[in-house]
Amino acid sequence: MNAEQKLTLKDFSSDQEVRWCPGCGDYAILKTIQKLMPTLDVPKENMVFISGIGCSSRFPYYMETYGFHTIHGRAPAIASGVKLANPDLDVWVVTGDGDGLSIGGNHLLHVLRRNIDLQILLFNNEIYGLTKGQYSPTSRVGTTSPSTPNGSIDLPLRPCTFAIGAGARFVARSIDTEAKHLTPVLERAHEHQGASFVEIYQNCPVYNDGIFDYIKDKKNAAESRLILEHGSPLTFGADNEKGIRLDPKNMHLDIVTIGEDGVELEDILVHDETNKVMAHMLAELKGPDYPEPIGVLYCNPAESYDTDVYAQRDQVRENLGPADVNTLLRGGHTWTVE
Amino acid sequence: MSVVEKVAKEETAANVVSDVVVRFAGDSGDGMQLTGNNFTEATAIYGNDLATFPDFPAEIRAPAGATFGVSAFQIYFGSEDVTTAGDDVDVLVAMNPAALITNLGDLVNGGLIIVDNDSFTDKNLVRAGYKENPLEDGSLDAYRLMSIEIGKQVLGAVKPFGLSHKFALRCKNMWTLGLVMWLFDRSRESTIEGLKAKFSHKPEIADANVAALNAGHAYGETAELPTGVEVYKVPKADVMPGLYRNTTGTEALAYGLLAGGQLASLPIMFASYPITPASSLLHTLSGQKQFDVITFQAEDEIAAACAAIGASFAGSLGVTSSSGPGISLKGEAISLACATELPLIIVNTQRGGPSTGLPTKTEQSDLNQALFGRHADTSLPVIAASTCADCFDVAIEAVRIATKFTTPVIVLSDGYIANASEPWYVPDFNDYEPFPVQFADDPENFTPANRDSETLARVWAKPGTPGLEHRIGGIEKSFETGDISYDPDNHQKMTDVRKAKIDGVANYIPEQAVSLGNETGKLAVVGWGSTYGAIHQGVKRCRAEGMDVSHIHVRYMWPMPSNFEELLRGFDHVLVPEMNMGQFVEVIRSRFLIDAQRLNKVSGQPFKIREIEEAIKALLESS
Repeated sequence: MNAEQKLTLKDFSSDQEVRWCPGCGDYAILKTIQKLMPTLDVPKENMVFISGIGCSSRFPYYMETYGFHTIHGRAPAIASGVKLANPDLDVWVVTGDGDGLSIGGNHLLHVLRRNIDLQILLFNNEIYGLTKGQYSPTSRVGTTSPSTPNGSIDLPLRPCTFAIGAGARFVARSIDTEAKHLTPVLERAHEHQGASFVEIYQNCPVYNDGIFDYIKDKKNAAESRLILEHGSPLTFGADNEKGIRLDPKNMHLDIVTIGEDGVELEDILVHDETNKVMAHMLAELKGPDYPEPIGVLYCNPAESYDTDVYAQRDQVRENLGPADVNTLLRGGHTWTVE
Repeated sequence: MSVVEKVAKEETAANVVSDVVVRFAGDSGDGMQLTGNNFTEATAIYGNDLATFPDFPAEIRAPAGATFGVSAFQIYFGSEDVTTAGDDVDVLVAMNPAALITNLGDLVNGGLIIVDNDSFTDKNLVRAGYKENPLEDGSLDAYRLMSIEIGKQVLGAVKPFGLSHKFALRCKNMWTLGLVMWLFDRSRESTIEGLKAKFSHKPEIADANVAALNAGHAYGETAELPTGVEVYKVPKADVMPGLYRNTTGTEALAYGLLAGGQLASLPIMFASYPITPASSLLHTLSGQKQFDVITFQAEDEIAAACAAIGASFAGSLGVTSSSGPGISLKGEAISLACATELPLIIVNTQRGGPSTGLPTKTEQSDLNQALFGRHADTSLPVIAASTCADCFDVAIEAVRIATKFTTPVIVLSDGYIANASEPWYVPDFNDYEPFPVQFADDPENFTPANRDSETLARVWAKPGTPGLEHRIGGIEKSFETGDISYDPDNHQKMTDVRKAKIDGVANYIPEQAVSLGNETGKLAVVGWGSTYGAIHQGVKRCRAEGMDVSHIHVRYMWPMPSNFEELLRGFDHVLVPEMNMGQFVEVIRSRFLIDAQRLNKVSGQPFKIREIEEAIKALLESS
């Protein structure tokens, strides 16, 4: 790529016709990412998008980058191989709630704990779209679907809670159609060295329409969203008059109103994205009882696995000297037959 | 014929025998594998040809004295070419009653038994299932018995080193090794060196073991021994001059992968998940970081296969390895590699199945899985290693085929050759012709569907190359553009092309040769994989008796060599011995409509030479 040449969204749009349903949240995410790519300081040829199976996993076909549409649930494993083989590549994983948390739950768990330097975007629409509407591991209890005509019974999994539990060192949440929020979250995810996990609330207009309206609706946004900013108090409401306070007696997070019952701004929890316990508590906040946190829940970098793999290898090489097959074959006990 | 009888027969050359089978057997914690390996090394250095058969239980430390916990190591060595671990045992070392009762059946009449009588306690006798002590009730009268208080001997020998009772007794295996080394005039030097290196941080342990080894040897020299038991001479084998080492199949396979990577000018990414008996490949490669190899212990078999595929996409050579059950899990990923036409090597170190089956025992029952065990039409090359040393060349060949044809390749090894060791004429790596991979780098007319017109290999374009940005995936692709295509004619065409590519591999592999015997005749014994040694010896013996029989051993299981059918048609009969219920024989029958006969064994043990001989004779007599 010519460094002088300024790339645009168009340079990242492949010639393939996008085949998601009209109104799918994936369109908005695609556009946001295509817009973001030219702003990242990465040569285009080093960008790689890896996906599994499902609606979201068609994503790589629409990006004019290197891409690999793999098999159901296995994108984190394939991406691990890509990144380990060539750590210079900028590897993005696109997955969904079924792909990443059901069939591929084990791989997601391990890629996060290993901390391989990947951006993992989980489009959560709380439903199986491509297989025509069965409930997913993030579907709320009572979801009616072709496989749960009387309503789903099993308890859903919270993707950010899962990620934090798995040992992820960057966990964030955003919303498909909110480019202004999603873009900086993705920038942060990209900047982060190690595995970064971003849950994106994504609307499926065909099988689960409006499932996130409670948080997406602009009219309610001030009440339904807890916008996270490192170092800022956890306040929300039309005039930022409400806040989250920790009750140290029972470790509960309570909603309080500043100026009422003697509550002052200093009583409100201040977001510390390096605090794992706080991140976990925030990840568990769920509407309508609580505003739902969006933004970076947790960011606490450590050396990534891929960096350590090569560091260890370099160390061994320094100690052992250059590799030679004939030397290897003649190592250990040998004897000569005259 | 027992050692003793052999000696008697060859009285003129006192104590000279042409070949001997020794088996060390004890509890799985008794160190029998270590003892066997040391004896093997000393024997190789001495100059005998040899083959070994480690046979150990799946339990790491079974309860002491239990019959299911007996671990054995057999070595067959001699002055002529040795290709199997031997049929019958001449010398049995039994460290406890369980080891004696489970191995006595293989001992020849008049064979020598060495037992540690300290371990023949009432408790151990009962646990092994003995009602009477066999050392005392006369039931071993048909054999020569050396019943020694090995524990007591060892405690005396290592006393100066101040070890605890428990640690002192752990030197029993070295004492026994010393005695057996005396018996066959082996040098203790390499074992002593090895002990000193192994326990360099604990010199008192090293010294105690060396003292035990020497004490066992001295015991042989000085003690009063049963009649006929004295030092045997096994003359050096007449082998090709040159440099030798011992190798297990796993070691040779690992080295072959590293060598293949260099010949292809490719880094190797080895991704695996622990499974018996395949794990040692991961261990070996993990210790070779000075080479261009990254090893990755994945979270499961599927992830291992997928990480290898991801690495191949990124421009390394992805290699994954497992045994049958793990290969099943990798199946979907292997089909993805077939669909996306990426190079990939899958090593299957086969074991007894189905399911968990016999994890530490050998079998060849995953051939059908290798050939057919995936969804849809996913033909891929399958090659099989026949001996420990052969694993080296087979691995290089797998790299060559995988990269030349951009295809997954399955390598079949098995628990026998993976763990057994044999002397290896060390090859000179400079003799191997490099086959460097050419990655695409020209954006002009590039599509990911571009193919080599000769080999039909799909272009390999790695991320990081400017101007070649493209997408691949599991959905069917247009033959022309590489874009997604659901077109019916295109799917037919792509399926045909993928098949033609693999069929075409047959044009780039050597023609099938005859290993032993004539190129036409009455009977061809057709084998593949680790049955090589037994078939070779069986055919050799039958030919020595004047029978018209040849041995053909197949490496390229799929596609098969282009002359293979014609070669088989030159024989009146075809016999296919396999350690499965008849998988390759069915391929030959269905592929060529040749009435091949079967010889099957799935006991977890390799074929005995005798079994091959008997089958040859039976077939020739009935025809």
